[in-house]
Amino acid sequence: MNTLTVLASGASGASEDVFTPPGLELFDYPPLIAGVSWFTKPVLLALLSTLIVVIFCWSAFAKPKLVPRGVQNVGEMGYMFVRDQVARPFLGKDADRWMGLLLSIFFMVWIWNLMGVIPIIQFPVASHIAFPIVLAISIYVLKIYLGIKHQGPIGYFKNMMFPPGLPKPIYVLLAPIEFLSNLIIAPFTHAVRLFANMFAGHIILAFFSLVGFWFVFEHLTPLGVGLGVVGVVMTIAMTAFEMFIQFLQAFLFAMLAAMYIGNSLHADH
Amino acid sequence: MNTAATLLAAEGNNPLIPHAYELVVGIFSFAVVLIVVGRILTPRIQKTLADRTDAIEGGIKKAEDAQAEAQSVLNQYRDKLQEARQEAARLRDEAREQGAQIKAEFQEEAKAEAQRIIAAAHAQIEADKQQALTQLRAEIGRLSTDLAGRIVGESLEDEARQRRIVDRFLAELENDAAVR
Repeated sequence: MNTLTVLASGASGASEDVFTPPGLELFDYPPLIAGVSWFTKPVLLALLSTLIVVIFCWSAFAKPKLVPRGVQNVGEMGYMFVRDQVARPFLGKDADRWMGLLLSIFFMVWIWNLMGVIPIIQFPVASHIAFPIVLAISIYVLKIYLGIKHQGPIGYFKNMMFPPGLPKPIYVLLAPIEFLSNLIIAPFTHAVRLFANMFAGHIILAFFSLVGFWFVFEHLTPLGVGLGVVGVVMTIAMTAFEMFIQFLQAFLFAMLAAMYIGNSLHADH
Repeated sequence: MNTAATLLAAEGNNPLIPHAYELVVGIFSFAVVLIVVGRILTPRIQKTLADRTDAIEGGIKKAEDAQAEAQSVLNQYRDKLQEARQEAARLRDEAREQGAQIKAEFQEEAKAEAQRIIAAAHAQIEADKQQALTQLRAEIGRLSTDLAGRIVGESLEDEARQRRIVDRFLAELENDAAVR
């Protein structure tokens, strides 16, 4: 199934009571239904997240009232946050036009991430890089399309690589750097930043909870119990911190998307 | 280490290599959210927010209009009140003037009437007096002759007789007066 688990179990065959920190096997799931190889827990959670986002937004925005009630209030808070903190600072008067995309991205990424701290589920969807990649590539394609559409095929690359107002020799250095950073590194970091944060966060939570579980419940020893308590306390603290990071990463992902779109719409930003 | 990495990659376990089926599910999920949330729902909430802004601004505008109207009505009312006060003052002055005039006229008339009545009374009195005098004069003459005739007719024998005649005469006179 998994090399590390196999290795670990192979090793632990000799000494059962050795603490083994969690590794990459955390992110490896077998199919939920035997024979349907694609239907794993991350896939299920991705579909579940989609359902949650759609249902939440539907109940909040499907029949919006002038005087908001119930879920609409919560939904509007999310909308206002994305509009005022993400869309408007980067898109200005174009903000409303792109709110649909940015709102979808923000809610989706946030729910993906939240899956990491929901009891029993406890797996951040974005820690499988395929999901951030889908969003990042979508934004990347959109960014290039908008850039060429609004600045012209030559103008887009010219504005990107040769921003006006710099001494000539600088361009020798700047042009390749800008090209590299905008067209190759940007989509990669866009996806990897979200992925890596969720990936690392999941490992940290798993590690501390395993420390707590191992030293307090499974192998209670006078020496180990202190460590176990630290593990439990850290698990709680890191869960709170993780929730903050999950929100922050969703915000950042949407913000970067807005920034890329804004840069493509207007050359000098 | 190297072998472990290749082993992981071979098993499709490298966290940096996306699973193909997850890409498909990701694209599907994103498309669904984008269509439902981005295409269908976002315009609705945007419209509602715009309507809300309009409603609030409209409400403020309406309130301002109402206030302006109230102010103008108040001004009109004040003007009218002022006008009415002036009108009332004018009417009062007029009435007072008229009253005074009427009073003066009445006084004049009454005075004239009184004068007339007094004059008439004077004339009446004068006439009565004249009549009385005339009557008296005739009476006195007749009486005098009457008396003188009697005195003379009785041939004036004695003083006592004369006195009786005079007394009788006077008594007759008195009787006459009493009868009358």
